[in-house]
Amino acid sequence: MADKKQDLIDQKLQDFNNDGVDRRGFLKCMAWAGTGLVWAMSGGLPVSQAFAKSGGKDVGKGADFSFVQVSDSHIGFSKPANPDVTATLQVAIDRINAMTHKPDFIIHTGDLSQLSKPSEFDTLDQALKGISAKQIYFVPGEHDMLTDNGEQYLQRFGKDTKGAGWYSFDHKGVHFVGLVNVANLKAGGLGSLGHEQLEWLEDDLKGRSASTPIVLFAHIPLWTIYPDWGWGTDDSEQALSYVKRFGSVTVLNGHIHQVMQKVEGKVSFHTAMSTAFPQPAPGTAPSAGPMKVPADQLQKVLGITDVNYLVSGTSLAIVDSPLDGSAPSTQGKSAS
Amino acid sequence: MSKMKTSRAIGFRSSALTLAAILSVITISSASGFSHSTPGGTSGMVQVASADASASSVTEVKIDNFAFTPGVVTVKAGTQVTWINHDDIPHTVDSTQGKFKSAALDTDDKFQFRFTEPGEYPFYCRMHPKMTGKIIVQP
Repeated sequence: MADKKQDLIDQKLQDFNNDGVDRRGFLKCMAWAGTGLVWAMSGGLPVSQAFAKSGGKDVGKGADFSFVQVSDSHIGFSKPANPDVTATLQVAIDRINAMTHKPDFIIHTGDLSQLSKPSEFDTLDQALKGISAKQIYFVPGEHDMLTDNGEQYLQRFGKDTKGAGWYSFDHKGVHFVGLVNVANLKAGGLGSLGHEQLEWLEDDLKGRSASTPIVLFAHIPLWTIYPDWGWGTDDSEQALSYVKRFGSVTVLNGHIHQVMQKVEGKVSFHTAMSTAFPQPAPGTAPSAGPMKVPADQLQKVLGITDVNYLVSGTSLAIVDSPLDGSAPSTQGKSAS
Repeated sequence: MSKMKTSRAIGFRSSALTLAAILSVITISSASGFSHSTPGGTSGMVQVASADASASSVTEVKIDNFAFTPGVVTVKAGTQVTWINHDDIPHTVDSTQGKFKSAALDTDDKFQFRFTEPGEYPFYCRMHPKMTGKIIVQP
């Protein structure tokens, strides 16, 4: 299975960096963002189309590097449908460690804990120590800021960050920005970045070449998915205006415990599965509370996101893998 | 209300009859499990009729499906209000004016606050700010 997935990733990267592929045609089948971004996720549409297009072409070299997005571990949660979220996090870690292509680092997009308890942070910390990747980058979720305005989170997972925990770093030519949109939320509103962080972001991106691939990651989606459930960020438009001039922008979020994607111009948005419990599709339940699924189905709706980057072609392939090891799921939605 | 008008029109004797009718209604509702106190007589009737719009006996706000229920509660000054979380996800109760702020309320956890000063006290969940409510405190 792992090899098959690797083939798939390699194939995707190859397709979009050789001009042998009919890009114009491919645009119509939704997998190509026009900027060098490749969505290899959700075994259904984009992936199968890519295979159909590529025919029997040789698999080229692999990605220049990859990283894995882990999200919404909610350590401390113990209700249906998952009485043991530490165990499912461990399954995710085992999957990462078993990957044939080793990720350079891990990004955790928040809700590490359920109640910001020291014991929950301890458990998460201990579990993540077992990950083979050298570095883990975090951003907080609203569940991680429940005591002392997130002081504890900052001390443990946000050292050397700015404000409520935002920061940026460069990796092999790609500029990564971790944003916090769960602090100081206003009554009646959605997620919020706030003035201070937006100013910092504008400054952080200033002077960078437009050809630098940008990856923004934050807990709550930076695009409006479902305002009634708070699935969006009030001032995300402002943040996105700062990345408009860049040729390749990827936005990775968590919070909604399911895969969704949208491509808007040069910006590709993607949300990850949780390692703890699934949440309902927007508007399909009375609220966004945990979705209850039969025990033997749970690991089909939990998962991790594998992001592969080919720097030379600024291509990026994203594969969402359920924890049960089945083929990448088809629950993602594609933008047209 | 129409009962009141009728009793005024027909005079004392039927007013007494109405009172008897009211008392029997109260008896029935007590038997069916209601336990609100009624001062009795026609004036008591008026107070009950207007109860929805003024201070009520509701002092508990339930949190269900990411919502505060009822969303607006009116109480007399000095009343202690209790919030209780019935969701599987934690929530908080935060005054938008900074007057009170709960810790994270896990499932079945409660938060209480006594309102001594008349006024309006909007509140929200700082984890899920779409969740809002208001306590109106009357003198």
